[in-house]
Amino acid sequence: MPANRFNGYTDYGVGIGLRIPHYQHILEKKPVVDWFEIISENFMVDGGRPLRILDQILDQYRVVQHGVSMYFGSAEPLNKEHLRRLKTLVKLTKTPWLSDHLCWGSVDGRYTHDLLPMPYTFEAAKKTAQKIREVRDFLEVPIAVENVSSYAEFHVSEMTEWEFLNEVVEDADCGILLDVNNIYVSSQNHSFNPLDYVNGIPHERVAQIHIAGHSKYTKYILDTHDHPVIDPVWKLYTRAIELAGPTATLLEWDDRIPSFDEVHNEALKAKQHLPSQMAVAS
Amino acid sequence: MPGGLNQPSRLNLEDLQREVFSVIRQPLTASEDMNPTLPDGTPTQAVADKIIKPNDRLTSFERLEIYNRQYWYRILSSLADDFPGLRAILGDRQFEKLSVAYLAECPSESFTMRNLGSKLESWLLEHLEFVTGVERIAMDMVRLEWADIAAFDDPELPVLKPEDLSTLGDDPVFHIQPHLRLLDLSFPVDDLLLSVRKKEQDKEVASNAVMERSHRSRIRRSSLPKPKKTRLAVYRRNESIYFKVLEPEAFALVRALQQGKTLSEAIEASVNWTNRSVEHITKQLHGWFANWASLGWFGKLPAR
Repeated sequence: MPANRFNGYTDYGVGIGLRIPHYQHILEKKPVVDWFEIISENFMVDGGRPLRILDQILDQYRVVQHGVSMYFGSAEPLNKEHLRRLKTLVKLTKTPWLSDHLCWGSVDGRYTHDLLPMPYTFEAAKKTAQKIREVRDFLEVPIAVENVSSYAEFHVSEMTEWEFLNEVVEDADCGILLDVNNIYVSSQNHSFNPLDYVNGIPHERVAQIHIAGHSKYTKYILDTHDHPVIDPVWKLYTRAIELAGPTATLLEWDDRIPSFDEVHNEALKAKQHLPSQMAVAS
Repeated sequence: MPGGLNQPSRLNLEDLQREVFSVIRQPLTASEDMNPTLPDGTPTQAVADKIIKPNDRLTSFERLEIYNRQYWYRILSSLADDFPGLRAILGDRQFEKLSVAYLAECPSESFTMRNLGSKLESWLLEHLEFVTGVERIAMDMVRLEWADIAAFDDPELPVLKPEDLSTLGDDPVFHIQPHLRLLDLSFPVDDLLLSVRKKEQDKEVASNAVMERSHRSRIRRSSLPKPKKTRLAVYRRNESIYFKVLEPEAFALVRALQQGKTLSEAIEASVNWTNRSVEHITKQLHGWFANWASLGWFGKLPAR
């Protein structure tokens, strides 16, 4: 099931996020990496170094775009300037699919630059799905929505987070970027069984999987992307792979970023969790 | 408040998001906690209870407070990264006071945090009380730092080549690269910024990662540079940003070219601005243009 219509029928293996501290190493040493995920917003510019670096990366590697500010769940209309710039980048990278978060983050044209959790209501699911369809139709590329980690829940919610995810992706007919670390973080913050989440989604829609580390505090867990992946998250990953099949996987490491090799080796641990015959093949 | 303060909220999506945002964009207290009262006098606790479920470890207030802190940590950290020179002039505490006041009044209106400081110059002109005693050097630094941000990724025209010169006509219009910014400053803040930035690193947006905050030391006021008229071009070459000090005549000339004037009009503008003779300016013209062309300052507009 790895290649499906939600990831452009690709089979991308295990990638890592393209981050500034690794630029020099990547461009000079040209390490073998299945693919890189870029944060779209870092390259939605008119010129300069970001685009020059991206050109060099695109010459050598497969790249997938991941966004942080589309805010499918914001009640306000989509930002047309954002979409226009994003489409320019999509044409440049030829990303086989594009992901952003199932969250909100802007109100009345003002941006929080955060990934705020949705109220899990039917009204919100319908509006969110409508915006995802609009984005897909404009960009002409498959869309996958990522579940976010969260620290609060709303009284108005009418369903669980994974039921909400199901409502949205079925209505929008889009893919899922399943972040198993975010599931773990939210499960600890909201006291649910993370396996219920992983088991409860439409696995045929999983276009990509995210893995990452986080930070544990006394009363909650914060999604900091600054540690290796912990065992309970690997267990969720294994279960997700059992259900969805080997799927394009990406390690996120965004703060206190260690050497390229350390990040890449952490990502490659994902191959140990693939069914044995597929791990050998990949 | 729709639904009453003590009732769980039945707000629609738009109203709920507006209400949550109105809470999380409230500046933190001095001890970096969520403010107990909203600007209209409503207790924040009551709003949090109405909207957010508590759990067995955190109250509704505490759960919302996580987002309130993250909002401010993220945008304050971004602004501090973008304006290290201003931060060094003012010191951490005063820079943070200024930043909180600015961002409370001018929240981000862009999908990218790159534009967070786009209104800082105009805002600061109306709020000089935040830079008392260092008004002029602080304003100069803000102008320079914003020019630096813009030059980093503004568009670039194909560079004009010697063979293109013959197509320009007798009184040519030279198109200056869009990323080049001219600054007429009262202090040599370019040197100051370069020294502050020696240890600065690149930054980028990360996905979903929670922010932490850093601290830097302040430049002693006695160590700040003395006033000195500085005409500066901020531009990009080979993906790096450069500051070039220009003579007044050259500055006026480039500024006129940037405004779309022909070469003869630009020379006239330079004469008028500097009170120098036409001969003085034309004598240096060849050297200036050769230098600017070698720096890639002249661009070629795409054919229509």
